[in-house]
Amino acid sequence: MLHVAASETAAMPETRSEAIRIENLHKSFGSLEVLKGVSLTAQRGDVVAIIGGSGSGKSTMLRCINFLETPSSGRIVIAGEEVAMRPDGSAANRRQLERIRTRLAMVFQQFNLWTHRTLLENVIEVPVHVLKIPRAEAIARAHDLLKQVGLGDKAETFPAYLSGGQQQRAAIARALAVDPSAMLFDEPTSALDPELVGEVLNVIRGLADEGRTMLLVTHEMKFAREVANHVVYLYQGRIEEQGPPDQIFDNPQSERLKQFLSSVY
Amino acid sequence: MQQFRAFWEPHRIVMAVIFAAIVVWCAMTLRWDWLPDYAPLALEGLWRTIWILVVTIVLGFLLAVPLGLAQAIGPWYLALPAKAFCTVIRGTPLLLQIWLLYYGLGSLFPQYPWIRSSELWPYLRQAWPYAVLALTLSYAGYEGEVMRGAFAGVKRGQLEAAKAFGMPRFTMFRRIWLPQAIRSVLPTLGGETILQLKATPLVATITVIDIYAVSSRVRSDTFIVYEPLLLLAVVYMILAGVITLLFSRFENRGQRRAS
Repeated sequence: MLHVAASETAAMPETRSEAIRIENLHKSFGSLEVLKGVSLTAQRGDVVAIIGGSGSGKSTMLRCINFLETPSSGRIVIAGEEVAMRPDGSAANRRQLERIRTRLAMVFQQFNLWTHRTLLENVIEVPVHVLKIPRAEAIARAHDLLKQVGLGDKAETFPAYLSGGQQQRAAIARALAVDPSAMLFDEPTSALDPELVGEVLNVIRGLADEGRTMLLVTHEMKFAREVANHVVYLYQGRIEEQGPPDQIFDNPQSERLKQFLSSVY
Repeated sequence: MQQFRAFWEPHRIVMAVIFAAIVVWCAMTLRWDWLPDYAPLALEGLWRTIWILVVTIVLGFLLAVPLGLAQAIGPWYLALPAKAFCTVIRGTPLLLQIWLLYYGLGSLFPQYPWIRSSELWPYLRQAWPYAVLALTLSYAGYEGEVMRGAFAGVKRGQLEAAKAFGMPRFTMFRRIWLPQAIRSVLPTLGGETILQLKATPLVATITVIDIYAVSSRVRSDTFIVYEPLLLLAVVYMILAGVITLLFSRFENRGQRRAS
């Protein structure tokens, strides 16, 4: 019952513009502690880029937000509603978690489009079968979204017949179809051939310009600098440094960030 | 026309001529005068073979899904019995299973007056329910194992995407997991269905008159041995061909979608 009280206080008006808040997030895989107490807040309209070396915990952090990974401890608050957690960190209320997840849309490194459905079917799947939006309405919107990501003519195509860049753009359309309050991008361009990265980044840039709230785990430093208004550098499961992109990239304080940037940027 | 020409290549023409010659030879030299007398019974037997096949495959597959799921992700108290069931079914002869059910279970029922007076009794007295039950369980046992692998083989990311969008578990199962699992096992299921077809003659051993039982009847009535068996072989081949065609149709429909 404590959970209820907590989520009620979390829904106070002053938190209204807050999209995602992570408090003291810990995550261990067995004896390996991947996240050692990460706290992060994204306001509505923020584009937060999360950078860091491999194994720094950035993907894990993103996946803890929608509980694809079960946190070991900490708090996750989405648009003022705290995800109820059991003492072991698993979600206590599956319905609440499912409801919260429908407001977060994730774009995966491996696209993860449903291979047995056309692009159109992929895009309308969640609106029709989870959000219970009338099919005709969902289809009309899906066509608009596919057009928006430049795949207007591929609605009836199956994912296997598309390039990685096209698949990822379709995955973004699928994410937009739920009209998410925040979007989680898990290294969206890391699995793409170099010449296909640009087309996906262009779509993401367009979303940033629309004022979408986004958390973006990425290796594209130039892109992070360009679209993010807040950059977080993770090192070995802790936030080593964070701030506006100009400060992070031009005037890094921490030695480790300096080293990291000199190696990748 | 071009397609027609492409199909009738020399070796195919030779094969067709040889086949036609065999058919003509069989028709001319073998005895077929018994056919008209037994045609109605044969059709009845054929119908029985077909419906037993269809019913046991459908019911067996419906059972195989939970059996596979229990083994793939179930807690131990579901996974273990499911595993045990599949192992026992796959480890014993189908003939034995049919006989155990018919002569074993079937002979237990009459001892209980309340069963004899129940509405089910008219069915429990007959042989076909035991045949259907045995064949269903057998198909379920084999396919349960197949489905276990199919469920486990669906890519993690496919399910993760569904989860990430807040899809409830049953919706995810119905919309993503099951369809993908079934697509991946369609070729296997086609083969297993043909095996099931060829297992159906065993029901003749418990007095169910299928198409095989009819051929035996002809033999014992008329002492004509080869002709009924030849015809029987042709009938099973045609049935197997139809099954193959149906499944390759399903597969082609899925192929467009495959990754």
